[in-house]
Amino acid sequence: MLKYALRRIALTIPVLIGVATLVFLLIHLVPGDPAQAMLGDTAAGSDVEDLRARLGLDRPLLVQYERFLRGLVAGDLGTSFRYQTPVAREIGQRLVPTAQLAAAAVLVSMVIALPLGVLGALFRGRALDRVATTMSLVGVSMPNFWLGPLLAILLAVKLGWLPVSGSGTLAHFVLPAATLGAALAAMLARMTRATLIDELRELYVTSARARGLSRTRTVVAHALRNSLIPVITIVGLQLGAVLTGTIITETIFAWPGVGRLLIQAINFRDYPLVQGCILLIAVTYVTVNLLVDLAYAWLDPRIRYQ
Amino acid sequence: MRGRAGLVFVIVVVVLAAAGPWLIPYDPIKQDLPMRLAGPSWQHWLGLDELGRDLLARLALGARVSLFVGIAVVSVSAVVGTLVGAIAGYLGGVVDLSLGRVMDVLLAFPGILLAIALVAVLGPSLGNVVLALVIIGWVGYARLVRGQVLKVRELEYVQAARAIGAPVTRVLGRHVIPATFSTVSVQATLGMAGAIVAEASLSFLGLGVQPPTPSWGTMLDAGRSHLFDAPHLTIVPGVAIALLVLGFNFAGDSLRDRLDPRG
Repeated sequence: MLKYALRRIALTIPVLIGVATLVFLLIHLVPGDPAQAMLGDTAAGSDVEDLRARLGLDRPLLVQYERFLRGLVAGDLGTSFRYQTPVAREIGQRLVPTAQLAAAAVLVSMVIALPLGVLGALFRGRALDRVATTMSLVGVSMPNFWLGPLLAILLAVKLGWLPVSGSGTLAHFVLPAATLGAALAAMLARMTRATLIDELRELYVTSARARGLSRTRTVVAHALRNSLIPVITIVGLQLGAVLTGTIITETIFAWPGVGRLLIQAINFRDYPLVQGCILLIAVTYVTVNLLVDLAYAWLDPRIRYQ
Repeated sequence: MRGRAGLVFVIVVVVLAAAGPWLIPYDPIKQDLPMRLAGPSWQHWLGLDELGRDLLARLALGARVSLFVGIAVVSVSAVVGTLVGAIAGYLGGVVDLSLGRVMDVLLAFPGILLAIALVAVLGPSLGNVVLALVIIGWVGYARLVRGQVLKVRELEYVQAARAIGAPVTRVLGRHVIPATFSTVSVQATLGMAGAIVAEASLSFLGLGVQPPTPSWGTMLDAGRSHLFDAPHLTIVPGVAIALLVLGFNFAGDSLRDRLDPRG
């Protein structure tokens, strides 16, 4: 296992360096002068020169790159143009709300998906299964930037049950978490149904039933538990989609997280902050993928020997 | 059945995009401020937007944007991805390793994150949206084709072509790449849905098509400010996106079933 883990980590390092390089190059893709773009066309020449020096853009590219990498290793992502504070601090303040929203979305998706998947498997081919399958298909096809406003119209505007936007209370979590978790819920429901149908065909299920266990107990205590392994793997693999989804969900519901910060930074042409947010999301995604792979190899020894 | 339903959804949108200006007697850009936010009526079937513009006419023009982005992104990504994947898989060695690392780095950015970053620095426009989506889009095709080519290059007819001294370009062009067409066509059909949602997402965030040109994403974004007084502004473009995406997903699934009966 240790050998596999070390090999997998070694493969991740060049990817992380590649990600950092691409993020570093982003600011150099700005058409014209990035400092001029940040300050606007009416800015004085001396101000532009000053900002260019502050961003280090007046130095050779390789020197800038070395400085960027050294900064990353030290946890220094530069200074935000808009807030005039360290980028790492701005992102750090918004990490917890984003993590909370992502966790709530995963929780909501599992709460919706597991009963739907189980009902689909138990009543396979019947009306209940068709309803559950259709609901999951609709969930997959509804983009979150539409589902969010729709849920807001129904549950906040028409019924007045939930706040439209903002954060602070548990009620504020419901709409963003449901919006962010819907697509994952649809995917997990389909996966749970498919794996549970396979498990229900296994001999141990027949044996449990023959020993007099009730259908519910057989499904919940035995078959469902075994069918959850691939479902949990999908959750891990889909965390990247959840992370990207936070950008739109946080924008819709004015959630004070990293996704909203990224869009605000883009609107203010705060390129150091844009670079910081992109880097953080990409590195989190790579790290989560690494952890999922390691967890999977730990659970299934066959993977280590491939 | 689903495949046919999907095809019907797609055809309806294509007809709306192609014949919209002749079928709908309203200018999608012309404003009628006294009538702003009016709901659906006999004159305006889907109602009017926040500047009094006919929603059906804007939906038709927005359909052109969605379909253009879908076709442009999918066709360029498929061609680039197929070529890169075929070269990596067929030549192997250092070429495969180097191209593989480039793909790994691009895949390290989840979903449309890299597209958001690229459009953020390049500036919001339809051309930059297509460019950004192609930059993230070709990798999926390259991965898929590389996997196929690894199998195909070991087949006897390919070995025979190499044995009689056919040059690499001929082996790839005549024997290897055509064997990947069915897989690529399924991926391309499903990719249309992905590209359309991606464009709408970018436009929704203000990073895509700029006003006054309508895009389904910008229409949805504008509707956000009128959830209370004019929910049809949000519902109409959302239904259009969902149906078109569903249409391409159904068509892609059906195509996959037809091309691979074991699936």
